[in-house]
Amino acid sequence: MTEASVWEALAEIPDPEIPVISLVDLGVVRDVAIDGDHVRVEFTPTFLGCPALEVMRDAMAEKVRELGGEPDVRVISDDSWSSDKITPEGREKLRAAGLAPPAPREATAPTLVQLQSSAFRCPYCGSTDTKLENIFGPTPCRSVRYCAGCRQPFEQFKTI
Amino acid sequence: MSERAQRLLELADDELILGWRDSEWTGIAPTLEEDVAFSSIAQNEIGHARALYELAARDLGTTADALAFDRSPEEYRSAPLVELRRLDWARTIARHWLYETADELRLEELKRSDDAEVAGLAAKMDREEVYHRMHAQMWADRLRGDERFEAAVDELWPYALGVLAPEQRAALAERVGREEVDAVERGEHSDELRELWNEMTMVRRSIPGATW
Repeated sequence: MTEASVWEALAEIPDPEIPVISLVDLGVVRDVAIDGDHVRVEFTPTFLGCPALEVMRDAMAEKVRELGGEPDVRVISDDSWSSDKITPEGREKLRAAGLAPPAPREATAPTLVQLQSSAFRCPYCGSTDTKLENIFGPTPCRSVRYCAGCRQPFEQFKTI
Repeated sequence: MSERAQRLLELADDELILGWRDSEWTGIAPTLEEDVAFSSIAQNEIGHARALYELAARDLGTTADALAFDRSPEEYRSAPLVELRRLDWARTIARHWLYETADELRLEELKRSDDAEVAGLAAKMDREEVYHRMHAQMWADRLRGDERFEAAVDELWPYALGVLAPEQRAALAERVGREEVDAVERGEHSDELRELWNEMTMVRRSIPGATW
């Protein structure tokens, strides 16, 4: 068991709510450290209100056990995760699943005016003729938009 | 109890109780969008409460669940603003807007804390609260000048001041554009909190020690 093999194993865990993307694609695994059998995994939730937190923690512990390690999965509740940490592959997988990837984080916090602008691209048809329907969606990390181009609603990953 | 643990419990209790109150709109909000919005905000506030309780629980040698559900109603440190129940939509938006404005000031201060754990958690919470504030401000702008909304803000203003420590209240008055008045302070709890406590701890009390 090496750190690389742990990373590889963690990359097989799908996000419980967006199963097209793995936890590693999502960028929420911050660090892996091995000391003998002891494997410490640090991860940061996307949103603290994420209902899938326990499921992700248990899935990571299970993967470490499968490799023969003693898991110590720590939830790090600080500002070290950002939606910018989603990997390029992860962004592509989100888009393919009909979930628009997040806009880059800027120096200032996102504003309602930005969200209401038509800079957001529909993941289905690519049109930017889209509008904000709801700041909130089915999970804390998503908003709901509507595309006037192909006339369907889609989910937008929030910038955070 | 350390000052840090007390402060964390105040914050955690505010977020937990407000999260429950917000969730009371699930299924019955005026529009489907708001049903989703208040449900999502509620879930996130309760997530903040959990992270704050976890930090406090480590200091106090207990667990987050024990802090959230095993204390008596008198031991909660929540502000009276978040305890108010069965508000109509105008008062719900007034509370949401006043609370988020006060919470922003509180988080700004905590982000500058020398305590790295508290500062880190506050920074994370603040990133997420951006979306709550955006939603609250959107509604406050929409309802400004409406008689019922203005009356609701008048009514809840002394409660909003009670969310913050006395030294932060002048800043809140400035942001909200109001004169500082006598605050409804933390400490006394209403029957509304006891009613909520009965409801939210019922399952846990029914089978002590069960794991879920």
